[in-house]
Amino acid sequence: MAVLSYLEAIRETLRQELRRDSRIIIYGEDVGVRGGVFRVTEGLQKEFGEDRIIDSPLAEAAIVGTAIGAAINGLRPVPEIQFADFIFPAMNQIVQEAARIRYRSNGTFAVPIVIRAPYGGGVHGALYHSQSVEAFFAHVPGLKVVVPATPYDAKGLLAAAIQDEDPVLYFEHKAAYRSLKGEVPEERYLIPIGQADRKREGTDVSVITYGLMVSYALKAADELEKEGISVEVVDLRTVRPLDLSAIIETARKTGKVLIVHEDNLTGGIGGEVSALIAEHALFDLDAPIMRLAGPDVPAMPYSAPLEHAFMVTPEKIRDKARELAKF
Amino acid sequence: MPENSDLDAEQLRTMYYYMVLSRELDRRIWILNRQGKSAFVISGQGQEGVQVGAAMALDVKTDWLAPYYRDMAMVLAFGMSAREVMLGQLGKAADPSSGGRQMPSHFGHRAKRILTGSSPVTTQVVHAVGMAWAAKLKGDHAVVLTSLGEGSTNQGEFHEALNFASVQRVPVIVLVENNGYSISVPQSREMAIRDVAVRAQGYGMPGVVVQGSDPLAVYQVVAAARTKAITGGGPTLIEAKTHRFTAHSSDDDDRSYRSRQQLADEKKDDAVIRFQHWLITAQLWDDERERALKARVRHEVDDATEYALLAALPAAETMSDHVYGYPPA
Repeated sequence: MAVLSYLEAIRETLRQELRRDSRIIIYGEDVGVRGGVFRVTEGLQKEFGEDRIIDSPLAEAAIVGTAIGAAINGLRPVPEIQFADFIFPAMNQIVQEAARIRYRSNGTFAVPIVIRAPYGGGVHGALYHSQSVEAFFAHVPGLKVVVPATPYDAKGLLAAAIQDEDPVLYFEHKAAYRSLKGEVPEERYLIPIGQADRKREGTDVSVITYGLMVSYALKAADELEKEGISVEVVDLRTVRPLDLSAIIETARKTGKVLIVHEDNLTGGIGGEVSALIAEHALFDLDAPIMRLAGPDVPAMPYSAPLEHAFMVTPEKIRDKARELAKF
Repeated sequence: MPENSDLDAEQLRTMYYYMVLSRELDRRIWILNRQGKSAFVISGQGQEGVQVGAAMALDVKTDWLAPYYRDMAMVLAFGMSAREVMLGQLGKAADPSSGGRQMPSHFGHRAKRILTGSSPVTTQVVHAVGMAWAAKLKGDHAVVLTSLGEGSTNQGEFHEALNFASVQRVPVIVLVENNGYSISVPQSREMAIRDVAVRAQGYGMPGVVVQGSDPLAVYQVVAAARTKAITGGGPTLIEAKTHRFTAHSSDDDDRSYRSRQQLADEKKDDAVIRFQHWLITAQLWDDERERALKARVRHEVDDATEYALLAALPAAETMSDHVYGYPPA
């Protein structure tokens, strides 16, 4: 089986989907000739032509808004927002339009689009090239929000998102693009949106997380194993909808839950996961639920010590999980 | 009014019929509001000439509309029935626009090729560009007409949409129904230009001004824009100068910002009356036809009202329907 980087997995999935379904178009800022600023779409315009891989004007509301219109008129647009931090001009189109069109038309119109955007920090991207924005969208019924953690998941989740009949936000961690590698089958497969995945079995502490933090949590778990602490790692894979049964199952199993995300603490996914556990598994817990997340400062600073202080790291996860195990 | 060679006598009378139907349906809706039977009205009275002239220039079998909330006459002329409009007005389950989920006049109709719309203005212009772009990429022989008020042209999405449309040369017609007010704010406080159409220059597309009380003139400019669009010539911005004869909505009172004298002056340019006179002068209309039309429209409005009043409200347990579709197999 081929070993691909996270970025290659996404590119090859796009290629496979473009070959499978002629309704798919990809567009966004610099995605055509240049192949995207991260080169995710490199080579696709050459293979599929300028009518399917399109350099768009620098205008995010139009990128998403035209995708909505094109989807309604029979295409399957997969627009790219160059950085998740630049998605906010399209907020009106995503939240008021894409998310609500099926509902407000009583099911007569649908918006099958996938909005891809690189998110996350630790790459010297500062305030406006480092953000994690998933919680804004996870709040909105009508949207699905996918944050893959591995090359294998990136493929199956992207294929599922493209085939989905509803708007899906697909957030790719830019630090994962080249650092994460893994085996990816060549044939097409779908990973259902809304299903979490237990990435590591454990008995003492459950770490519930998603995105890049999954690989960080696995590193922390390996280290803690040497100390005799058994850590289970549950990858949410999608933050809307959340996989309630997987969350409850791991909480009941270990009785100790640490929720980790790079996004800011307050109002983040951790709050929702925590509430679900409190509602459904409170008396199975042996310790208070803990959260480890980006601090409540407006966004990630540039200078290295400041950036490092913001980022959730394997070491911080290890220390927090150890603290919880010893509670 | 200009000479017209495209439309035959029957089509010209049909234009007038839709204008009168919309006016009378709109009036009935205000009565229902005052009777406490309909919580909210947002009206298109005064804009019927623009809307019917534009709709008649399109092909209802292939083209799409992405309208806004004053476009009752446009959606009627594009194929929605008076009953369907009234079902939406009264929030009934069978409302084809939204099943009673949206405020009245948020028109949409999948089968009639009318896009669902929202209350945040101008969002539909971007959708229309995307729809037209898809039509072009698929090789459809079709155009999309989207409409909006002049106030909406100040939104960023208007700029983004028109620029995108022009770069991709998509078959879209952007029709600004300039009634001079965004709620209470007159055009002079909305923008520092007299004609919205001049904004087209900034996008490299033609901008056309037309008198909205002249449905034939509107028909001609929209028909020309359609021909241009469908033959690969790209988008056109059309500004129709028109009037809003009512307050912004049933929750507004325009006496606080528009003098009654000004309103009376605006009503001298009523498209319904002007077009009736034109038909009479062209010897296509007479008192007998007028009486017959009024009776037909009254019957249609009565029927729509009775039908919609008796129609079922949506069941509370349907509230959670249609948040998502079915997941892929």
